[in-house]
Amino acid sequence: MNETAITPQIKNVKDLWTFIRGELKPRGKIFTTFNVISFPIIVLGAALVLFRLVKGLGAVTNLSQEFPWGIWIGFDVMVGVAFAGGAYILTFVVYILRSEKYHPVVRATVLNGFLAYVFYAGAIFLDLGRWWNIVNPILGNKFGVNSVLFLVSWHFLLYMISLFIEFSPTVAEWLGFKRIRKILASLTVGAVIFGIALSTLHQSGLGALFMMAKDKIHPLWYTEFIPVLFFVSSIFAGLSMVIFEGTISHKVFADQIDQDHHESFDHILIGLGKGCAGALFVYFFMKILILIHGKQWSLLATPMGTWYLIELIGLVLLPCILFLHGVRYENVTVIRMAAILSMLGILINRLNYSVIAYKWYVPFSQRYLPSWMEIVITLAILFTEVWAFRWIVNRMPVVRESPAWATEEETVTKPATIRKGVSQWKVSAM
Amino acid sequence: MGISRRSFLKILGGGVAGAALGNVLTPKTVRATAAANPTEFMGILVDTTRCVGCRTCEASCAETHHLPIPDISDESVLEKERKTTETQLTVVNRYKTEKGEVFVKKQCMHCNQPGCVSACLVKAMEKRKEGPVIWNTNCMGCRYCMPSCPFEIPKFEFHSATPRIQKCTLCWERLEKGEKPACVENCPEQALIFGPRRKLVEEANKRIYQNPGQYETHIYGEHEVGGTGYLYLSKVPFEQIGFRTDLGTTAYPEFTKGFLYSVPLVLLLWPAFLIGVNTLTKKGEEEMGGKGGGRS
Repeated sequence: MNETAITPQIKNVKDLWTFIRGELKPRGKIFTTFNVISFPIIVLGAALVLFRLVKGLGAVTNLSQEFPWGIWIGFDVMVGVAFAGGAYILTFVVYILRSEKYHPVVRATVLNGFLAYVFYAGAIFLDLGRWWNIVNPILGNKFGVNSVLFLVSWHFLLYMISLFIEFSPTVAEWLGFKRIRKILASLTVGAVIFGIALSTLHQSGLGALFMMAKDKIHPLWYTEFIPVLFFVSSIFAGLSMVIFEGTISHKVFADQIDQDHHESFDHILIGLGKGCAGALFVYFFMKILILIHGKQWSLLATPMGTWYLIELIGLVLLPCILFLHGVRYENVTVIRMAAILSMLGILINRLNYSVIAYKWYVPFSQRYLPSWMEIVITLAILFTEVWAFRWIVNRMPVVRESPAWATEEETVTKPATIRKGVSQWKVSAM
Repeated sequence: MGISRRSFLKILGGGVAGAALGNVLTPKTVRATAAANPTEFMGILVDTTRCVGCRTCEASCAETHHLPIPDISDESVLEKERKTTETQLTVVNRYKTEKGEVFVKKQCMHCNQPGCVSACLVKAMEKRKEGPVIWNTNCMGCRYCMPSCPFEIPKFEFHSATPRIQKCTLCWERLEKGEKPACVENCPEQALIFGPRRKLVEEANKRIYQNPGQYETHIYGEHEVGGTGYLYLSKVPFEQIGFRTDLGTTAYPEFTKGFLYSVPLVLLLWPAFLIGVNTLTKKGEEEMGGKGGGRS
């Protein structure tokens, strides 16, 4: 509850260790509904991960020679990375366009993006049959530079580093490292620019992965513009996620948020909704252009055509209209509904490329459906990410204001008031 | 050494195939080295009119690659169209066509410019300059080669903790020793011919023109997906004997080329643009002075 965070005085490694040990202890109520549900799933998921590592992918997944990629790629990576797109959009708006309006949500979004990449990289690790070779494209055993996946893997790694740099001032504020914070904060704009370039390429790169599956993806979805579509859709996917995650965070961490931010939050959501509506409209327009140029009208009358129209009308055009409505009438509830719809649209779209419209000609009995174990592991990853997010938000100044020493103009470094006592090191919260 | 324009172009064509798989950022240098290398792609011509469906190739393939040896006397497997698996690198299928039964051997086509090779981020899939597409153990098991193969050939050992990608290697180990691929060596009907791809195309054309009416006037694999190491002759249209005839003649790596070429461009221009915008907004802030940069 105490708004002013107490900055720890860490002078040596021992202090740091003591501080972190103190921070590792759980805070708040342990037996919440979320914990009671998520904990057993995480434990079960961890057990299944071990099982998968010992017995191979086939023991846990329903993958087959026909469908080599399942939900660990189609959902965890493809959808997860699209949802994490909010980080590069918001950093663009806040650090490049310098729109202060969105500053209050930028840290949570960057953290969310960073964790998403860490955990979805984790999902890739599980999905790799020969996971011990994961370092090969980085170490150069060998560099498959003509592979889209080579680009994507490097960009994942570099982007994770950029996001960490963008987030690192928060960590420094938590630890009370004043000088280090200053250095790290000066790196932010560079990391943001680098991060945006990387995001542009790997968001579209995930789409480019499917370029060589030309004969396997339904012609209504396969187009040479898949990379562009993936990039544009990552904009509204990311922003919708910011709306969704922000709404939840706002409730869960309400006590950490100051009054000003509480009041400005609706305006932020409306602004984000405006962005979503724009991106969705561009995306819809491009989809229509591609459809017209494809001249495959007859395909629309097939079952896959219906499925295509459901995605295009129900999960692209409809959320676009809802966003416009919400923005026009400043109705935050409608914006939240639209965000959920457009996220659902991304989910369906990415799964279409990897699973549903992929080899659509294979009869249903031979098609891929995820096994319960794949779903449990996916949920376990998701929950672990939420746990990590919560742990960090409860300890570091993510949604809460930065400590006073950090927000003060750093031009004059004042000698900080010395606070004593290890017990006081705990940063406010809960 | 007399080198005709035609054969030069053929060598170049083969070279370009390999070159396109090289460093995408420096296509010119790679192309130059490939053109200087006169090694020709080796391939196999399958004359399906000669195949009797004895499946000796299946058995000899399994033996060579230390895989479970199929019972080739059991003809019931021919009832259904089969695909290759992680333990059967080649399979023979029977098709009932307008001109009677036709047997077709199926395996990796050893594309001139393979999708799987350009998909591989660690070059574990490798197109040897002699023609075979082989797999190496630095593979990560990402399985990106699988959706990228127009013929759906790479097979993954899903039920192993140390899985491999399994596919026909054109008996690369035997080729290195100067031997022919096991299936060719053991084919009792000479339905399979091993040789430089250029000569195989000539032989196939010769058979088509010297035996009017006996063959479709098409060599499957001559131009499909940019040309393949395996070439097929047939007496019936290829779609009747299990071939996809909708794959086009574009080599699969071409589909990702546009995207990959845009990468250095984006990496150069995008940050420059962003730095520009960043600078512009900063100036605006200064000019506006007290306004504080568009705070809402």
